[in-house]
Amino acid sequence: MSATVTNYGKTGNTSKGAGKKQIDRLLLSLIGYSVISILAILCIIPFLLIVSSSLSEEGKIIENGFQLIPSMFSLEAYSLLFKYPAQLLKAYGVTIAVTVIGTIGGLFLTAMTSYVLQRKDFKWRNQFSFFFFFTTLFSGGLVPWYLMIIKYLDLKNTLIVLILPMLLNVFYIIVMKSFMSSIPEAITESAKIDGAGDFRIFIQLIMPLSKPALATIGLFIALGYWNDWYNALLFISTENLMPLQYYLYKMLGNMDGMRRAMVSSGAVVTMNIPTESLKMAMTIVATGPILLAYPFIQRYFVQGLTIGAVKG
Amino acid sequence: MNRSGFWGDVLKQRMLLLMLTPAVLFFLLFAYVPMAGIVLAFKQFNYGGGIFGSPWNGLDNFRFFFESGNAWMVTKNTALYNIAFIVVNNVLQIAVAILLFEAVGKWFRKITQTVLFLPYFISWVVVGAIAYNLFNYDVGTINSILNAFGIEPIDIYNTPAYWPFILVLVSAWKALGYGSVMYLAAITGIDTEMYEAAEIDGANVFQRIFHITVPNLYPTIIILVLLAIGNIFRGDFGMFYNMVGNNGLLFSSTDVIDTFVFRSLTTSNEIGLSAAAGFYQSVLGFATILLANYAVRKYDKDHALF
Repeated sequence: MSATVTNYGKTGNTSKGAGKKQIDRLLLSLIGYSVISILAILCIIPFLLIVSSSLSEEGKIIENGFQLIPSMFSLEAYSLLFKYPAQLLKAYGVTIAVTVIGTIGGLFLTAMTSYVLQRKDFKWRNQFSFFFFFTTLFSGGLVPWYLMIIKYLDLKNTLIVLILPMLLNVFYIIVMKSFMSSIPEAITESAKIDGAGDFRIFIQLIMPLSKPALATIGLFIALGYWNDWYNALLFISTENLMPLQYYLYKMLGNMDGMRRAMVSSGAVVTMNIPTESLKMAMTIVATGPILLAYPFIQRYFVQGLTIGAVKG
Repeated sequence: MNRSGFWGDVLKQRMLLLMLTPAVLFFLLFAYVPMAGIVLAFKQFNYGGGIFGSPWNGLDNFRFFFESGNAWMVTKNTALYNIAFIVVNNVLQIAVAILLFEAVGKWFRKITQTVLFLPYFISWVVVGAIAYNLFNYDVGTINSILNAFGIEPIDIYNTPAYWPFILVLVSAWKALGYGSVMYLAAITGIDTEMYEAAEIDGANVFQRIFHITVPNLYPTIIILVLLAIGNIFRGDFGMFYNMVGNNGLLFSSTDVIDTFVFRSLTTSNEIGLSAAAGFYQSVLGFATILLANYAVRKYDKDHALF
């Protein structure tokens, strides 16, 4: 061994070292590409399964079960969904209304609250920060909250109940607050000297400067509203107010739910409804907008995670 | 005009206080008043009397909750699931973050990161639909595959033993993108000089990963894990409810405190029992989070919650 080294001298040694490095790099790349590829496939396959199941002929599903590649291609489920779209359109309408109103309102209130809490000259900033933060540590549990909403605020079966309980989130306030405290204080100071009021400073100066944080947190809030089914599960029983995700939940639940939903959309009771493929088609229709928008908005979420990582 | 003291301050900062009012009202209505409603756990609820007018019944609700054996079962399930989620999710996320950072090219990283993040964006209802597609006895994909190989179909929705594995996998699947991006951000923050020094010392990539990258992640890992431990008695309702629903056959291995509280309230209408279980969870959760925060504070003061 030592003889070889002496023979080849310095150059040989270096190239051997380089060779060794090549091998461990290569091995790591091999592990990296294969493991990540497998995981990526596992993340995407369920979606492909849903798509292909929604495009399968119902009879073949009953015969062979769901398959990754449909044994007989059919658009029946989609054509049925779009032939009787009344209920689906209502659900879309509810979800869009809730998402738009909730996101604008929630974002504005989050920003306004955060602005006050990060103002160093605000006398009670610590007390109020604690007032908000404490709610993440301790809660009264589901029952008092539920009773508050249905008995004392009387919000059962209203559009408001789908928006109001999710309007503010302490975590978003903390992230927004930490972003805003990176805006130089001199801006607020000089505007105050010019005689601007606090609210005007917030609207005209701070809001435009907070655009990156507003975009990120706005998307988190919007996603929360779009995906919400929990408030509907607890508080909505009329079909007119069912948001999309809850409507999907109902359809998945049982054949009766599915049949009722189609009938209330105008389908004939005796009709032969392709239940299984319809469930899958409905899943695609409910997720579609997110899947389409996802590649474009994804980076804002990554940004948000990095701003708020561990602690805002 | 020249008032001083408390009211002077209030007057001077009235605009800021006004701007804070909506949020304060919000948390009073949806957090603090319900917190006071916790007394319901010690009452025999009737709808007319409401939270504050219903008669007291001492510890009856708790006695019922504990003596039925439900308390122990749901507490155990909640804690064990969360421990499994913490371990599996963090190990997987760290491994993926390291591989994304060290082992793969830029475009591959970008594309796969987008794909891995996808499950984070869909609602638990859609995850429920996916589960249905995979696990349904008659038409599920898994049974289609088994059938193609001539193997007997398996009845997943009626077999509690499968569910701990399924739920751990689903949780890992949904959180992988989110968590690995978070760890990736922490890895990107590691001082590159350390890497160069290791390279000069002749360390191979694996030595570098295990001796530099991983130890540098310890602070992030410890803090994230401790905070997660603080929430160990809070179950992910969305996940359990959409995966299992009201399938009583599976409760022995899938019922967590949150689903129990929900069912007692909405299905069996035992409001006192539900409130007692909720109270129990809140107190337990509060104690654990204080402990976890104490641990974080000992470890690194800057990252403590308070």
